[in-house]
Order: sequence, then C-alpha cells, then structure tokens
Amino acid sequence: MLQRDYTTSQLDVLEAEAIHIMREVAAEFERPCLLFSGGKDSIVMLRIAEKAFWPAAIPFPLMHVDTGHNFDEVIEFRDRRSAELGARLIVASVQDSIDQGRVVEETGRRASRNRLQTTTLLDAIEEHEFDAVFGGARRDEEKARAKERVFSFRDDFGQWDPKNQRPELWNLYNSRIRKGEHIRVFPLSNWTELDVWDYIRREGIEIPSIYFAHTRKVFERDGMLLPDSEVVQRGDDEPLFEAVVRYRTVGDMTCTGAVQSTAATVEEIIEEIAATRITERGATRADDRSSEAAMEDRKREGYF
Amino acid sequence: MDILRFATAGSVDDGKSTLIGRLLFDSKAIFEDQLEAVERTSRDRGTEYTDLSLLTDGLRAEREQGITIDVAYRYFATPRRKFIIADTPGHIQYTRNMVTGASTADLAIILIDARKGVLEQSRRHAFLTSLLRVPHLVLAVNKMDLVDYSQERFEEIREEFTAFASKLNVSDLTFIPISALNGDNVVSRSENMPWYLGTSLLHHLENVHIASDRNLTDVRFPVQYVIRPQRATDPAFHDYRGYAGQVAGGVLKPGDEVVHLPSGLTTRIASIDTYDGPVEEAFAPMSVTLRFEDDLDISRGDMIARPNNQPAVAQELEAMVCWMADGVKLTPRTKLTIKHTTRTARAMVRDLHYRLDVNTLHRDEEATSLGLNEIGRVSLRITQPLFVDDYARNRLTGGFILVDEATNGTVGAGMVIDAR
Repeated sequence: MLQRDYTTSQLDVLEAEAIHIMREVAAEFERPCLLFSGGKDSIVMLRIAEKAFWPAAIPFPLMHVDTGHNFDEVIEFRDRRSAELGARLIVASVQDSIDQGRVVEETGRRASRNRLQTTTLLDAIEEHEFDAVFGGARRDEEKARAKERVFSFRDDFGQWDPKNQRPELWNLYNSRIRKGEHIRVFPLSNWTELDVWDYIRREGIEIPSIYFAHTRKVFERDGMLLPDSEVVQRGDDEPLFEAVVRYRTVGDMTCTGAVQSTAATVEEIIEEIAATRITERGATRADDRSSEAAMEDRKREGYF
Repeated sequence: MDILRFATAGSVDDGKSTLIGRLLFDSKAIFEDQLEAVERTSRDRGTEYTDLSLLTDGLRAEREQGITIDVAYRYFATPRRKFIIADTPGHIQYTRNMVTGASTADLAIILIDARKGVLEQSRRHAFLTSLLRVPHLVLAVNKMDLVDYSQERFEEIREEFTAFASKLNVSDLTFIPISALNGDNVVSRSENMPWYLGTSLLHHLENVHIASDRNLTDVRFPVQYVIRPQRATDPAFHDYRGYAGQVAGGVLKPGDEVVHLPSGLTTRIASIDTYDGPVEEAFAPMSVTLRFEDDLDISRGDMIARPNNQPAVAQELEAMVCWMADGVKLTPRTKLTIKHTTRTARAMVRDLHYRLDVNTLHRDEEATSLGLNEIGRVSLRITQPLFVDDYARNRLTGGFILVDEATNGTVGAGMVIDAR
C-alpha cells in the first residue's frame, strides 16, 4: 500500500490558520467586529468568517469606515454582500466626524480624508465598545506591517506601540485587555497578494468590478493615475484622458491610483501580478508615499 | 505547493540580510519600488553598497539604530513551495524574539562566518533551535569566498559544530558552504567549490521533507468553539451542534472511537464537517468541526483524544520556560495566567530548579529568579487540569504561554518536559 502523504497545500494551510484565529476571537472576546470595506482582502476575510462558523451565521457585525470618497461600485458591492449574508453592517462616516467638528477637512489639491479615518474608526470602536476588530492587512504589504502581530494590542487611545508588542508563539494568542483597550486582529497576516488572488480564483469569490480592466477618465499625478471625480481636486496642468485601467487596491478615490491593464478575468489578474515588479501599495497608494515611515506613523495613531 | 516556515538567526555581520535579500531578489519577491527605496536610503546615509537589511528592518527605531529588534516576516515563493521567513535578531538581548520565530519554524538556518568559525552566538542559536524542537537545522557557512573556498576550513567548522550538536536534540543537520554576497550555492550549485557534492541552499529548502514532522500518531483535538446556530444559515441546521477546532495531532476519521477529556467518556465521530462539505479525514493543521454520536457536555478548553492514546491530565507541570518580561522576574510563588491549547487557567511557580546559561549550557542551580531572556527549568502548579504531551512529542500540546495578571503582557513561553 502506498504511504499516504499528508501534505497540505499553501492555501489550505493559510485558510486553516485564519479560521483558527477567527474562532479564537469569537470565543475569547465579548464584542468583536470585522472591518469590511468591499476591498479584496476584506472580501476574503468575510469568506473565512463564513467558513469558520458555518452552519451558524457570522457571530459579529461588519463595520465600514466610509470616507464618502469611495467608488460607487464598491459601496454597492458592500451593501449587497452584507445583505446576502444577513449580517449587520455598521457604517461609520467620516462626513459625520467632520460635521460634528471631530476632525477638520484638509484643503488643497492633495486633500484626502485618509488620515481623518483614524478618528472616525476609533470613535466608532469606542461607541460600540468593540474589544476586537478584524482587519484584512497583510504583512507583505508594507515593512511596518511585516512586524505587526496577528493579535495587535491597542491602548485606550487606540495607539500601536511597535517597540512593546506581545510575543506571539505557536498558535497561542493573548487576548487579555482592560476595558477601553482593544485588539486589532489580522487573520490574513501570512497571506501575500498572490495568495489572496489564488484564493479568490479557487473559491470563485465575487469582487467589485473596478478590479477588472475598464475604460475610465483619469489624469496623472506623481506617476499615478487618479480618477475623474468631483471629490478629487484636479489642477489645470493635469489633463484628463481616457485609459484602460484596473485597480489593484481599493481605497479612497483621492489617493488610490489605477494601473494600466487589460486584465479582464481573475486568471489574467493573477498572470499580471505574477509578472509585475512593483508592490501593490507602491503602485497605487499615495498615502504610503509621504515618508519612509508613513505607515508606521499612521498605525501608531490607530490607523487600520 | 506547500509551505515551509523557516527562521534565520545571525547578525548583520554574518551576512544574514545579504542572504535573505538574495533569496528574495532571485525569487523575484523584492519589487523595484522596494529596491529603489532601499538604494535611496543607502545613498542618503552614505553607505557604499545597497544595504539589503533596510528591507527587513521595518521600524523607525531599527533603521535609526541599524539593528534588527523584532521578528520580521518575509514571504517568497518558487514553483515548488511558498516560504515564510521569520527573520530574527541574533544578539543575546533578543533571545525572546528568536524563541518566538523558532516556535512555528519547520527549519532554521544558522549563519556562520567562515573566517570566524563557530562562535558563542552560533552555539546559542543552535541550542534555542533544539529547545524549540525545530525539526531541521541548516548550518550555512558563509563568506566562503573570503577563505578561498577552502574545503579544509569548511570541514573544520563542520567537525566542531557536529561535536557540539551531539549534545543537543537535533535530528536533521545539514551543512552548506555559501557566499551570500556572490551567490555561491545559494540558488544554484557553485563552480567555485567542486569538492562540495550537496545541493544549493534554495534546492534544500525546496525539497526538505516536512510533511511527517507533524504528529500524525496521537489524536489531539483541542475544542476551540462550540457551533450551535441560533440563527442558522439553513433551517435544516436548527438542531446542529458541532465542536470546532484545529487538529493538533493524529488523524481523525468518521466512525473513530474517541475519548472526551476531562469527562473520560467515550463516543464516536459521527461526521467531520467543513463549510465545503464533510471530509473523510482530518489532520494537523486542518480547522474542522466534529460531531459526535452521543450527546456529551463538551465545551471550549476540552480535549478529544483516542481511548488508548491519551495526553497526560495534569495540574503539575515540569517545563523549560523562556522569560520574556522586561521588568518583573520569575521567582518561586509568582502567579500567572497560563494559556495552553484552547484552555486558560492560573498557574503558580512552585520551584525554579536551575537557570541555563544559553551560551555554555551550564546549569546554575543556585539561581533564584529568571529575568528577561533567561531560560530555566520550572515546576508549575495549575488551578485546573491541562491535557498535555511532552513538547518533544507534540509542539502544539506541549507548548504554553504565561501572561502577567497585572499588565496582561505575554511574559513567558513554556515547553513541557514532564507532567502529572
């Protein structure tokens, strides 16, 4: 008889690990929630949550921090997907934070609500008394994230202290916190961009249409293609043109660039990513470009 | 394609960052924008070469001080395997970080500078690898170009290290002579060392057999979460009751007789469920949901095993503990929270038998406490029974963490050596 080889494929290992993390949180925290933006990572995270608790429904609400500057296609997808799952969707609005005077809108051509989101997020976590917040961040995205724990402790100001992180061994996660503190939990920590796409293909998961190639009016700024929209301030020296593009990441229209691409299917996207020589955040995110430690600084303040 | 998790130990001087940089670069896992950023920073600092350590040293403090403080995780893939690197700092004051990185590693690479030979820190890294029971160890003898690719020098180092390793629990030890800077024996075999008949480092990483490193003998299923749909996705599941968890050992099949701990009652597995349908067998690291033929009172923290192969049910543990706290020390009578598999309890230190010098392996039996980064043999008394195996037999049912009840910090990592 042939010896059975108990090899497990990389996607199965990553999925099993992510399911384990989700169940730990559901078992050990009182009020978890899952950040769902309609982006591909949070969509994968949502599928993992379905799998972790099946046949029961997902035992926590979804939350989206809506800057008001999101793509319509993504907002439509967000609402439809949450309704299909029968999940409770909490929308925390940056516009509300501005109206209440909690934050002040940036002005000028490069105005973005990216940084304002942190206040809205932390206020919502406090208001709903969430003690664990799932995020879809991956360690391969950015070098500060490469050092972050799966269970990432936040003090009662929502701050991350990268020099004072809890050691994380085996598959044992420390969920102890005091009231007012919370843990950010990253079940996809060990996934790469390619793993996420391979998983989307394998599972046949639907994603918003802007991930696929489409014709769009764009203009160029700092080597990035930004969309024509009333929320993006464009100068006279930044002419519009039509291009066939797709989005590698989905964030705010003001700081998320499109890439020129003809990839119209998940298979073609995977081929394109396998051949690409630039990271997804490097190609498409103005928010990471401001300095060498842009992400670390925002994360310290409580960013996603 | 499967996953190999490996830890690298060594300091910048040993060429560790250069080696990782080369593996990432040759497997196309470093992107142009990352390389440009590193080149720009190197230039700004007046460094003559492209300092690849800037890729892995992600925190501001690390870049400022030019050292690796914390474990960094890096990812790359070849057509054969996906790799997760836990890049750990080499200095003694970061022992806890190396212990953390090694806890999940299938393999560890220890770098040795061929000119300097086996140093104190090489021995420490080998000891920690063995303490954490990393199944495969590679000794990469680096900078061979600086010793004229000398076979004699390589053999000297091999003999010296082999003699030391015989005192440790190292089951698979491989020596590879490399030059990370020039790429000798990193990705492909080097023409500069025709006397070396083994494979390149990358070839070894791609082919080392890890599937049987997992424990496939002793059935261990720590119950993590009870699934009882209040609001089922389908009315057919209204009376569903399943026990979810990640398999920690053995192979489970429907129909198998199993024992529930702590009750000691036996039942049979009715079904192994997943979202994608029932499966015929489950083994580590699968996350599944078990249903049983009998209605037992089962909750989180319980254990499923086989009637003729059970873990120890123990409230007294003997363990090697690595202390990870900055301020407080571990002393007899210290009270802590212990997390072991899915069970959390309270623990009290009954005795500290000795503190181990991680450089010389000398046992100091006069020691009265363990400070940051110190390792010792400890007796613990636990408030409720834990279901444990020796760490040497199963890393998942033999490992535990200790949590400070005042600060909630993770202050210790333990490996069971005896339980009753």
